Amino acid sequence: MSITLIIFWFLSFMAIMSALMVVFAKNPVHSVLYLIITFFAIAGHYLLLSAQFLAAVHIIVYAGAIMVLFLYVIMMLNLNKETEPHKKPIIKFVAVVAAGLLMLTLVAAFKGAEVKVIASADASIGSVESLGKVLFKEFLLPFEVSSILFLAAMVGAVYLSKKDLH
Amino acid sequence: MEPLLIKAIIAIVVFAITLLIATYSTYAERKVAAVMQDRVGPNRAGPFGLLQPLADAVKMFMKEEIIPSVSNKWLFIAGPCIAMLTACMTGVVIPWGGPITLGAQKFTLQVADLNIGILYLFGVVSMGVYGIMIGGWASNNKFSLIGAIRASSQMISYEIAMGLAIIALVMTTGTLSLNEIVVQQDEGLANIVIQPLGFLIFIVCAFAETNRAPFDLPECETELIGGYHTEYSSMKLGFYLFAEYINMFISSAVIVCFYFGGYNFPFQHELQNLLGLTENALSIIQVVVMFGKVFFFIFFFMWVRWTIPRFRYDQLMNLGWKVLLPLALANIFITGLVMWGMGKI
Repeated sequence: MSITLIIFWFLSFMAIMSALMVVFAKNPVHSVLYLIITFFAIAGHYLLLSAQFLAAVHIIVYAGAIMVLFLYVIMMLNLNKETEPHKKPIIKFVAVVAAGLLMLTLVAAFKGAEVKVIASADASIGSVESLGKVLFKEFLLPFEVSSILFLAAMVGAVYLSKKDLH
Repeated sequence: MEPLLIKAIIAIVVFAITLLIATYSTYAERKVAAVMQDRVGPNRAGPFGLLQPLADAVKMFMKEEIIPSVSNKWLFIAGPCIAMLTACMTGVVIPWGGPITLGAQKFTLQVADLNIGILYLFGVVSMGVYGIMIGGWASNNKFSLIGAIRASSQMISYEIAMGLAIIALVMTTGTLSLNEIVVQQDEGLANIVIQPLGFLIFIVCAFAETNRAPFDLPECETELIGGYHTEYSSMKLGFYLFAEYINMFISSAVIVCFYFGGYNFPFQHELQNLLGLTENALSIIQVVVMFGKVFFFIFFFMWVRWTIPRFRYDQLMNLGWKVLLPLALANIFITGLVMWGMGKI
């Protein structure tokens, strides 16, 4: 087994295990920390695909910014056993059925899917330079439109958080 | 010698020097404070008190270690470890001197010349907040939690302005590799001339990111006892304090690389020709010059700490969001306009 393959299996194991632990951990803060480990494992996968830029940005944005905010909010809420919301049995049952249906759909969608292996493994494909050229030449309009989407989301969040509007 | 072996040696040397400088920064800090307050400072352990850091380390190790029974034990231990780990990881991408030729091979005095060096730096810095947050939360103490929350909100706020200041720098240099930025400053002007506003924003944010005064609200004694490390004792506390000094050293090195020419100094090639120095000799002089610059900025950090009083929390947030962020955005626009006017884009 080559070293890349060993790293791949290790990262995959880590990603799936910690993703499962996000769901099964009793303490919400532990869940957030497991999710951070998952993000690191996925960033490792990006590195294996020689997409350094994507790996770095993934760490900076998800692990470095978004998860800090998650952790921040969960620490402030101080969730524990007493404040845990108790759902009715019927809601739990409906949730299980819905999740099962979702899994069925996913399995059905991926069952017949063709796995294509792209032979031309160009090492510079994930570099900042080639990514920037693709984003700002071929996909300039979608790129800018998505940034407007973020701006709209930000304005909406500011509007909602203003208390004395009415 | 094998290239990998040489890289390993460079990595170990950089690690050792980082720890040594961080150790003696604690001594320097107390001496600088003493000079500014017209005192003598530590002078008992060894000549001029030079063994004081050693005595401090022994004291830290010998103290009783307390893990609060209501704390989250593993996370309580993980907190200072993460703080120390992220502090040590940042030194990897900094170029310490010009290339050195050994036998037939040429080596750069840098652990790893990543082509995404700036992003790596930024990613590791953004991980640093977890050490403080996890430690503060795991202590299960109100003051620790408030300290941790203050620290994280401060670091997130100032990271944005810092990132935008770097974007203007990346626009003018056109690269994300630290080594290339330093080499460009040998050929052209130092970046401080090109990006004065960017430098100002960056250095203010560097103070906030390292939790140094006047931005040391996370461990503000008069309000929070000790902030996020209230419950820590012995060497775990030592790790948190030590990580701060490592961060200070690394941010000084980064400031020098980004804005003050890194290891280059004016008229270095003229000097080389005049004295008939070899490439290797010049590289060694460059390392000395680099450390000279870094020591100046470490001194600058201390100078500011003992001069300016601590901000109030709302002042801190106003400065970050209402002053530095718009300034950094304006800096990007001005940089873009000037570059467009000069026909560079």
